[in-house]
Amino acid sequence: MIEVKDLYKSFNGKPVLKGISATFEKGKTNMIIGRSGSGKTVFLKSILGLIKPDRGIVSFDGRILDQLSLKEQRKLRMEMGVVFQGNALFDSFTIEENIKFPMRMFTNMSEAEMKKRVDEVLEQVELSGINNKYPAEISGGMQKRVGIARAIVLKPKYLFCDEPNSGLDPKTAILIDNLIHDLTVQYDTTTLVNTHDMNSIMEIGEKIILLKDGKKQWEGTKKDIFYTDNPDLNDFVFSSTLFRKIKEIVVKEGKIDF
Amino acid sequence: MYFEAIGKYIMMLKEVFTRPQKPKIFWENYFREIEDLGIKSIGLVAFISFFIGGVVTIQTARNLSNPLIDKLYIGYATMKSIVLEFSPTFISIILAGIVGSYIASTIGTMRITEQIDALDVMGVNSKNYLVLPKVLATVTFYPLLIVISMFLGILGGWVAGNLTGMVLTEDYLRGIRYDFEPFDITYALIKTVVFAFFIATIPAYYGYYVKGGALEVGRAATQAVIWTSVTIIIFNYILTQLLLS
Repeated sequence: MIEVKDLYKSFNGKPVLKGISATFEKGKTNMIIGRSGSGKTVFLKSILGLIKPDRGIVSFDGRILDQLSLKEQRKLRMEMGVVFQGNALFDSFTIEENIKFPMRMFTNMSEAEMKKRVDEVLEQVELSGINNKYPAEISGGMQKRVGIARAIVLKPKYLFCDEPNSGLDPKTAILIDNLIHDLTVQYDTTTLVNTHDMNSIMEIGEKIILLKDGKKQWEGTKKDIFYTDNPDLNDFVFSSTLFRKIKEIVVKEGKIDF
Repeated sequence: MYFEAIGKYIMMLKEVFTRPQKPKIFWENYFREIEDLGIKSIGLVAFISFFIGGVVTIQTARNLSNPLIDKLYIGYATMKSIVLEFSPTFISIILAGIVGSYIASTIGTMRITEQIDALDVMGVNSKNYLVLPKVLATVTFYPLLIVISMFLGILGGWVAGNLTGMVLTEDYLRGIRYDFEPFDITYALIKTVVFAFFIATIPAYYGYYVKGGALEVGRAATQAVIWTSVTIIIFNYILTQLLLS
């Protein structure tokens, strides 16, 4: 479980996060949603320790990153898997070398053991056989899946995904969503997904948090989305005609089954 | 502003000079950097050194046309110019251009494509992982590169002197051995090691802290080359004062 308490962050005097508190449970796909510029990425990077918040606490099952020794911090970082918006694959490494990297840095596994694990995770993301290709030689969707494979190779307890579907076609996006959800269940991870993709939210969102102007505006499940009268959420979620129509049907029929 | 940048640079160095997390990976990276930053520069350094050596000899010979001046001074002047200044300082400035822009742009690209964030979030000390192998590679390999440059510069001078007929082989060889000071080589190599350190660390600083996109990476590479060259020139003066005066 990840607990965030009263997180504040500003850049050059301009506040970006204004006291956000939230709890993210284990084994669930937690979605952080909001418009561009709402503070989602800063929020996620603050949780990851890539940005130092001005105030507030982030604890990972009771462990606070800043308060740990270097050795404990490294151990905690090994429990984190991150899928970056731009994939962040090392472009001078092959796919196999990219996935092996965390194992080479932090474990004493033999070459054969590492190779076996690489093949396992590549199979999980349905990309078997591309070990010797370079990131530039595969498509954006495949790069995203390699990013996921690298993130899960050390069987993380916490999985973070920043806009995992950005720039992907709808079918590949659904494939990525389902992959994230399946891995969350399989590894029992606490998963945080930053997104503004409504399809993703409806596909895999179990707990949803809406950010607006650096504040938490709403929290609930995807079912709650259809019955809330929160104007910020309605403005964000039902801005498209399609979703407005769906809401009308759901409310009229009085039931929802995702 | 400059003081802030110097402070940030020193803070970066503090994290660069820590014990590598995985020595095996560190040495693999070190040998890769030797190839990228050193071996791949040999061709250009050799080419420039050989021809500049030739030009120095021809220009010196033209200025020492007085028959009362011994021709050995042509070889002597060439050797001194090459060993004391051309090879350690000007080859270092050329390397600051070639290698400096390469380091700043590769690290800068890693920054803007979140590859450095990926390292940090995994728990890798990204400054140590990316910069230390480069520093060690330049500091250990560039003295060898400069020795090659000295040899080829003097060789180029001999070839040019012979081809133009401005200086005989015997005079040239007498000249390069005349009043030979072994400390000149030590002085040149000390300068090289200091310059090599700047060639690796200043561009790494500019690349590491770049913000923005491709345009900013390009600007960072340019800034890196400018400030590395300026630093080399200033330290050349300081080291010359300290070591030769």
